[in-house]
Amino acid sequence: MKIDQIVERLMAIGGEESVLEELDMPGPVVRLPRAALAEAMPYLREAGFDSLMALSGIDYKGMKKLGKEAGDALGVVYHLHSHLHRLKLTVKVWLPRAEPSLPSVAAIWRTADWHEREAFDLFGIVFEGHPDLRRLLLPDDWEGWPLRKDYAMPTEYRGIPHRVEVEEPS
Amino acid sequence: MMGASAENRGFVLNMGPQHPSTHGVLRMEVHCDGEVVSAAQADIGYLHRCKEKVAEEETYFKFTPYTDRIDYLASMNQNLGFCIAVERLAGIEVPERAEYIRIIVAELNRIASHLVAFGTYGLDVGAITPFLYAFREREKILDIFEEICGARLTYAYVYIGGLIRDITPRHLGMIADFLDYFEPKLEEYDRLLSYNQIFIKRTANIGVLPAAMAIDYGCSGPVLRASGVSWDLRRDDTFSIYDSFDWNVVVGRGEMGTTGDTWDRYIVRLREMRESVKILRQAIRQVPKGPFQGKVPARLKPKYSEIYCRTETPRGELGFYLVADGATAPWRCKVRSPCFSNLSVIGELAPGLMIADLVAVLGSIDVVMGDVDR
Repeated sequence: MKIDQIVERLMAIGGEESVLEELDMPGPVVRLPRAALAEAMPYLREAGFDSLMALSGIDYKGMKKLGKEAGDALGVVYHLHSHLHRLKLTVKVWLPRAEPSLPSVAAIWRTADWHEREAFDLFGIVFEGHPDLRRLLLPDDWEGWPLRKDYAMPTEYRGIPHRVEVEEPS
Repeated sequence: MMGASAENRGFVLNMGPQHPSTHGVLRMEVHCDGEVVSAAQADIGYLHRCKEKVAEEETYFKFTPYTDRIDYLASMNQNLGFCIAVERLAGIEVPERAEYIRIIVAELNRIASHLVAFGTYGLDVGAITPFLYAFREREKILDIFEEICGARLTYAYVYIGGLIRDITPRHLGMIADFLDYFEPKLEEYDRLLSYNQIFIKRTANIGVLPAAMAIDYGCSGPVLRASGVSWDLRRDDTFSIYDSFDWNVVVGRGEMGTTGDTWDRYIVRLREMRESVKILRQAIRQVPKGPFQGKVPARLKPKYSEIYCRTETPRGELGFYLVADGATAPWRCKVRSPCFSNLSVIGELAPGLMIADLVAVLGSIDVVMGDVDR
């Protein structure tokens, strides 16, 4: 299957809100509206994209280049690869900061299980339908989402201060 | 001895986070039914050092040494992966001499890393001698690295645009001597461990990972190749100058049992060392003269662009998703580490194994916790 056909179909699923981004990434970059993911992701798996190389969360708040357009949106970026057709494709989705949720792809690519937990852990992005959405890297009682740009660094964890003033020996 | 009665069903065993068989600070929550594992979950994050957050605070140059510490057994390969990503992002040319030296140090590091995998794997299944042999050889590689860049573990040698310093003919001589010394040792390892009947009984047909499942879980590197998938980024999504050398991709063929079993994962690493020796022999003959560092702006501020760049480390696919926004630090730096995905498959392999076999399977995945947690 040709990559152009796949992108065309993807843009059709996404409707008017989908954007073909001009980036020098390996393979085309398609930005889809959140509502299109439930249909688009299973389609991509069927089209031969058997490998999800990476799933990354991202925070656009305050970004110089995209800040105006994306506002304070959060995002998820899927880097897909097809062993079958030797194709690459990147899918992006922007999520409103107030309610950053989107359908999970853990049932489509099993590797997404941990990747989504990581994105939840560090960005607070909620993947609906994920089998076990808990913090992955940080302790369960950690507060806040560290990789968000407006994250305030904590000064202590459970009463253990992060910085201790030591008196200089005279 | 109790049978598999209702009383001992649901026994939970904590393996780690401090346990010799977990290769670092990994906690396995193992649900057992007697000696048989009914379910296992990996609990990670004990070595999480917020590398991705650090990357957003530091300049591109200053983050390079941090990449050493992601997978500390293959620092050269980590440096290389990050530098290639930044170079593609910012359009920086690397001189040919630097490319050759990069391949040389990366392949040497691959051998050193596989030697640790081989040695510690012996320990995992109860053979102590291979560990001593492997570390004897690894020591020689570390000595070469110490001569080249001054460090023995975290090198920060491969640098954006090239290298931090040049190598001399003396270094190339040392490497040639090492290869002559090392190649016969590989046969010794085979005699010592690979075809040892006890070892084969411990590993063949254990923890079989089918190819489709391996791809589904994002497995890469030797773990994927052992399942019979001929996939190596050095050949199939080539970077640097790997396409100019003559070598083979090693895949598992199920010689001792089933394709994708624990023995296959072990033997793929061992045979890959031989291929690395092949690449090294070609590379040290061909190192051209010229500069070892390309032109790089002192203040590197790439304008808005994004890149996902993946390279093959000893453990598999290391991907960097970099987003630049015109600043000296990346806006976002996602590290897609091979061990993270490779380890996630353990929950699928574990059910039905004996506890001792779980250790054998875990060891064959060759996890480095720094790489899993980042």
